[in-house]
Amino acid sequence: MELFLFLLFAGIALIGALGVVLSPNPVHSALSLVTVLIAIAALFVVQDAQLLAAVQVIVYAGAIVVLFLFVIMLLGVDRSESTAETLRIQRPAALVLGFGLLVTLLLLISPGWATGEQSLRGVANPAGGNVKAVAESLFTTFLWPFELTAVLLVIAVIGGVVLARRSHLAADEELQQLEEQDSETETS
Amino acid sequence: MARDLLDLVWLVPLLPLTGAVVLLLAGRRIGDPKAGWLATTLMALAFVWSVVMLIALLSLPGDERSQVSNIFTWLQAGTLKVNIGFLADPLSVTWILLVTGVGSLIHLYAIGYMRGDERYSRFFAYFNLFATAMLVLVLASSFLLTFLGWEGVGLCSYLLVGFWYERKRASSASLKAFVTNRVGDLGFMIAMLFIVFSMQSLDYSVMGQKAGGLTQTTATAIALLLFVGCIGKSAQIGLHIWLPDAMEGPTPVSALIHAATMVTAGVFLVCRANPIFERSGTALDVVAIVGALTALIAGTVALVQPDIKRVLAYSTISQLGYMFLAVGVRAYSIAVFFVLVHAFYKATLFLGAGTVIHGTHDNQDIRTMGGLRRFMPATALGFTIATLAIAGVPPLAGFWAKDDAISSAFFGHDYVIYAVGLAAALLTALYMTREVLLVFYGNERFHAPVDVAVAEAAGTDDAAPDPEPAPDAHHEPDLTASPTVDYGTPPVLPAPGDPHEGSGVMVLPVLALAFLAIVGGLLDLPFTKLEFLNHFLEPVFEVVAPPEPTSFWSAFGLDVIAVAVAMIGIFISWRIYHGGLEDPAVDPLDHRLGPFGRLFGHAYYYDEGIAAAVGGPIRRSAQWLADVFDQKIIDGAVNGIAKGFGAAGTQVRKLQTGLVRQYALGIAVGTVALLVWAAIRAGM
Amino acid sequence: MIAVQVTSGYYLTFAAILFTIGAVGLLVRRNVLVMFMCVELMLNAVNVTFVAFSKALDDISGQAIVFFVLVVAAAEVAVGLAIIVAIFRRRRSGATADDIDLLQG
Repeated sequence: MELFLFLLFAGIALIGALGVVLSPNPVHSALSLVTVLIAIAALFVVQDAQLLAAVQVIVYAGAIVVLFLFVIMLLGVDRSESTAETLRIQRPAALVLGFGLLVTLLLLISPGWATGEQSLRGVANPAGGNVKAVAESLFTTFLWPFELTAVLLVIAVIGGVVLARRSHLAADEELQQLEEQDSETETS
Repeated sequence: MARDLLDLVWLVPLLPLTGAVVLLLAGRRIGDPKAGWLATTLMALAFVWSVVMLIALLSLPGDERSQVSNIFTWLQAGTLKVNIGFLADPLSVTWILLVTGVGSLIHLYAIGYMRGDERYSRFFAYFNLFATAMLVLVLASSFLLTFLGWEGVGLCSYLLVGFWYERKRASSASLKAFVTNRVGDLGFMIAMLFIVFSMQSLDYSVMGQKAGGLTQTTATAIALLLFVGCIGKSAQIGLHIWLPDAMEGPTPVSALIHAATMVTAGVFLVCRANPIFERSGTALDVVAIVGALTALIAGTVALVQPDIKRVLAYSTISQLGYMFLAVGVRAYSIAVFFVLVHAFYKATLFLGAGTVIHGTHDNQDIRTMGGLRRFMPATALGFTIATLAIAGVPPLAGFWAKDDAISSAFFGHDYVIYAVGLAAALLTALYMTREVLLVFYGNERFHAPVDVAVAEAAGTDDAAPDPEPAPDAHHEPDLTASPTVDYGTPPVLPAPGDPHEGSGVMVLPVLALAFLAIVGGLLDLPFTKLEFLNHFLEPVFEVVAPPEPTSFWSAFGLDVIAVAVAMIGIFISWRIYHGGLEDPAVDPLDHRLGPFGRLFGHAYYYDEGIAAAVGGPIRRSAQWLADVFDQKIIDGAVNGIAKGFGAAGTQVRKLQTGLVRQYALGIAVGTVALLVWAAIRAGM
Repeated sequence: MIAVQVTSGYYLTFAAILFTIGAVGLLVRRNVLVMFMCVELMLNAVNVTFVAFSKALDDISGQAIVFFVLVVAAAEVAVGLAIIVAIFRRRRSGATADDIDLLQG
């Protein structure tokens, strides 16, 4: 049963991934990304990481991809990009590297590094359920990183606000003028 | 008591140093002639103190006559410690007596000679400075301090030879002297390096103890390197070229520096370093050979020189050769004796020549002199006595020293050296007699050219009234011209006017030194009880085994031969020159020697050879170095490196495309590489 | 159904393939946002790896770490998209990653 589920969802995820990479239209890519994320959430469930699956769907698929779609619409980059490659070396190099990467990773996986030791930080599936286990781990063992990520999120929010607003600084204005000239010359 | 006095030996160089400082600072205000008297008085006081040192030294028992007085530590580096220290022992005391004694007389002479000179007080400042340096040289307790004095006398020689620096010849001569000395100094410096390496100290006392323990190679190396310095300083063959040119300086300078003192510094050095020289047997052989050759070669050159000072210059070179000859055959105290008597008669000769030059309005050509005995009798007397002394006529001082020197060669089984020395003695007698006859005796040739035969036939005397004096260059003093007469230049008539004797201060030193030339022999007569100097110097030359005469009669026989040779030389010269010259342009001896005459006269073209080498190939290679090597190769290399970096930078800059995707590619490459490496490390 | 034990190896292989696809996609695509999405793919592959190991080693830390990866990914997306907006706001439509080359040397 598990095998079937694994093959199903893994397959969906991989097809979705190929869709992300190969779609000329960025909106199609975004939708494929959603597919991938949900398939991965399913795989999480299969692996008894229920909380994570939920969080994955809520945060990743629900917020991040929506954010992507917002920006796509905002910037108008929804037009399909041409498939011609301007940098000649890029595609072949990418393929070679990808191949090499895959081979190396598979090689690294093959001997199997599971040592079979007992858990030191809490059993994956204790009594009380997955949520309790994760929560306990977060608030005891990983308390310090947890607080840090809170700070990180605040910083990200502030950063996002600052970066995206229209600036009134002289340098930025100069830069904006340059961009305008740039876009004018390109459109003319 | 004696030791306390000897501790104050540093007063001797201090007195002239004070003079130098005072005269350099306030000389112009003190003026002519007080500056001269100040300098002379200080030198005389230094002489007095030197005599006190001598007495103090003599009051000590024979083998304890050595006192080192350290003023302070000059430098200390690791195990090497050099003090400013003064060593009072027989050798140094002998030398300071010489320097201060003869120096005072020459200072006195210079008061009169330099009168009226624009830079009068500066002259005496330099003169005193020279005396200081020379005294430091001989009183030093270590090689380094001697070297300080060595360089100091070189500097003062430069200053004094180029004293009349408006004259082109003088300024180039002073530079030549300095640079040639420098070449020799290199040997001295390297020798000091070796001394430090092998004996860990530059002190003479340490050298005395440790020299015997050196390997023969080391000792030979050090000795030969020191001797290179001596070749430079004492103008031996090879680096002798500066001394004849140094005659451009005022005659008192020639007398003091280039006859009596500075040039003998080389002999002093070898005497001081005798333990090292003795340890290396071969170095002494080299010294003897070089000395003998110098004596002979310089003697030949002096035979045909027309300039009064040039003859004396080459004569000095030749006599210095004798001194090194003596040292080379291990007759050290005889060499010191020779230094003393040579100082006496050579100073007399130079001062006499100075009076002649002064009195004939800067004429230095002996072909246009003659019969000056009439005008300057006292100088003529002194000069003649000194000539007899240098020729080796007994019982004057020169005979004893020269005879001892070459006889030592004979008894040391160096028969070739003996023969060469004898030949040089013949030449000495020849050229000195020639000079004294041409200058003071014979016909008077400084008047306008009157056909002598016609004049004699007509019964008029030589002193016919001059025709209207030709407007020659001598009326308008050309400041850049020099009165030196090169060999081969035709004689020029001197300025009109009768020659005159020098002033009192000039005559007195000449006569005083001539007197010393007579009695100087008493210092070291070769009869056992009378060898004062020899005994006095014994403690300094402990390790030396000088050659002893095999028997009284063999020594006497050699004496007779030496006297005979001297007489032959005088006689030959007399035959040729006793009447003077018929034609000033023709020198009979030179004429008879033909091509040899030209060879001797041009000093074997040694100067020309060096000039050609330096002017030609050396200059060309220097030019090549400057143009090609420096600009193209070195600059090219340096600029090339810069350009290379620039070019490399330009190439590397192409990596910075600004394209994010290429950077991403780069990161990906790196990551994959790392992974592969990790995989390999993990043993896949 | 074949009773094959789905060991962690399967998931790891899947994650490796997913990661590779994401990497290649990042290098090949020119659209900035699609490049970003490929980064997300890679992050997800890492998450899968962590969870697989968590299951295999019976250790809850793997899942906790995935949490943090999630948080960081979210923050990164927020800021990154803000930057993209700031840069590409005034450009003509169809601007690609190749157009920001001001740092060209």
